[in-house]
Amino acid sequence: MGELSVTLCGVELSNPVIPASGTFGYGYEFAEYYDINCLGTFSFKGTTREPRFGNPQPRIAECGAGLLNAVGLQNPGVEAVIAEELPKLAKVFCKPVMANVSGFSLEDYAYTCARLDGQPQVGWLEVNISCPNVHGGGMSFGTDPAAAASVVRAVKAVTKKPVIVKLTPNVTDVVSVARACEDAGADGISLINTLLGMRIDLKRKRPLLANGTGGLSGPAVFPVAVRMVYQVYEAVSVPIVGVGGVRSAEDVIEMMLAGATAVEVGAANLVDPYACRDIIAALPAVMERYGIENLRDMIGGAHG
Amino acid sequence: MKKVIFEITENSPLAAGVYRLRLAGDTSGVTAPGQFVNIALPGLYLRRPISVCDAEPGLLTLVYKVVGHGTEAMAAMGRGERLDVLTGLGNGFDTALAGDSPLLLGGGIGAAPLYWLARTLRAAGKRVCAVLGFNTEGDIFYEDEFRALGCDVTVATADGSYGAHGFVTNALPDDYSFTYACGPEPMLRAVCDRAAGDGQLSFEARMGCGFGACMGCTRETVNGPKRVCRDGPVFRKGEILWAS
Repeated sequence: MGELSVTLCGVELSNPVIPASGTFGYGYEFAEYYDINCLGTFSFKGTTREPRFGNPQPRIAECGAGLLNAVGLQNPGVEAVIAEELPKLAKVFCKPVMANVSGFSLEDYAYTCARLDGQPQVGWLEVNISCPNVHGGGMSFGTDPAAAASVVRAVKAVTKKPVIVKLTPNVTDVVSVARACEDAGADGISLINTLLGMRIDLKRKRPLLANGTGGLSGPAVFPVAVRMVYQVYEAVSVPIVGVGGVRSAEDVIEMMLAGATAVEVGAANLVDPYACRDIIAALPAVMERYGIENLRDMIGGAHG
Repeated sequence: MKKVIFEITENSPLAAGVYRLRLAGDTSGVTAPGQFVNIALPGLYLRRPISVCDAEPGLLTLVYKVVGHGTEAMAAMGRGERLDVLTGLGNGFDTALAGDSPLLLGGGIGAAPLYWLARTLRAAGKRVCAVLGFNTEGDIFYEDEFRALGCDVTVATADGSYGAHGFVTNALPDDYSFTYACGPEPMLRAVCDRAAGDGQLSFEARMGCGFGACMGCTRETVNGPKRVCRDGPVFRKGEILWAS
């Protein structure tokens, strides 16, 4: 059987598959369905300094090969995550978890990351500067290289844990943002967050989502994610976490060939709660089919 | 929750745009009336949540109304076809709260999940009163089925074409121990205002996953944000906050 393990920012993962933030809650509820210790790790629900209800209903719309969401970072706030969610997770997950953090100011990011830096369960901080569903903060930091770099510096100043910056695809030049993050000290880059989209309700003749726009995810965005991972891999030397529309073991390997060290699976979890378990189980046979002995040899393999 | 492949044994019209789908397969994941299932349909990305109308070992009955692409696709399916279904989702009704003479209020397709509830309450020896409201005579389904369980059944139509004229709240009985209701949100709100005493109400929502992962269907309650799919779809009367 082939070797599945990879190393992400100095931390070994038994395999590169990571449920993406916002599709896996704080993990423990999925432990009712399967032993989540089979995962490389997972990225928990985007967490902010204060509790957030998120956006009004409806928050979900469907499209041909994916969905739009405008959840708007609903979460109980970092103190409740530390006091309630992480202890529940500790009972069912024995690996380091990736802590996904969002904010509306540099102070927010620094505060939340500093609080999570003190949690031994946290292996990485995934700093989300790319949420398209909140007003102020979120994506506005991720669309400007200088603003992105300022977030990275603010976070790096308060943590010794690896900082992975999650980038938005809603820019003309993702490479310049990735470079700015690396120059500011980011230990890794994850991409892509969702693509800004909209659906319109024919009956009401108004946008379907109460927020108007939402973030597109699912198989529709996979080629966009592969392209952006490929471009960023050429420009930076820190590890990349590939995200966007992954739904199979083949997709995982394709994302790695583009340049990803690890691969997040998002929307697929919402359609099938067993998606990540099944992708991990399928990897050895798919590796054998393509003559792959060690998965880490695939990282960036598509670059000439 | 359990993921099950079912085989369709029946998919037949009951009323205008309303179908009964019977599925053969493992129903052990379905544990309480008021729960729902989430059905994967060919060509549609998200599953479709449908309430359980009745469940017995090996046989699941769903009654659904065609309202969009998903339910249109369901209506086109036939006997022998297979469906990938997540079963046993949501909390369901708490039958321990019923008292001696529970009142069941169903609005339109919201009557469907009350059938298994009525059957369970009747089996426990309760005197069950069911008031089923529909827009018009052609929409009515399961009146005889509720009667066959031994329920005291009143049907109301909004246009007066059959039974009592008006909404379910115009046909409330005088005396009942607890209210269980399922229907469109304006009906549930009227039930909260007009039905006496305590009750449980089952809500609909536009869902992403149906099992609590995406936070797509959250509504605010007096106990904080709750996911309709996982913390509901059934909520206690005193817990509910209405959008102003």
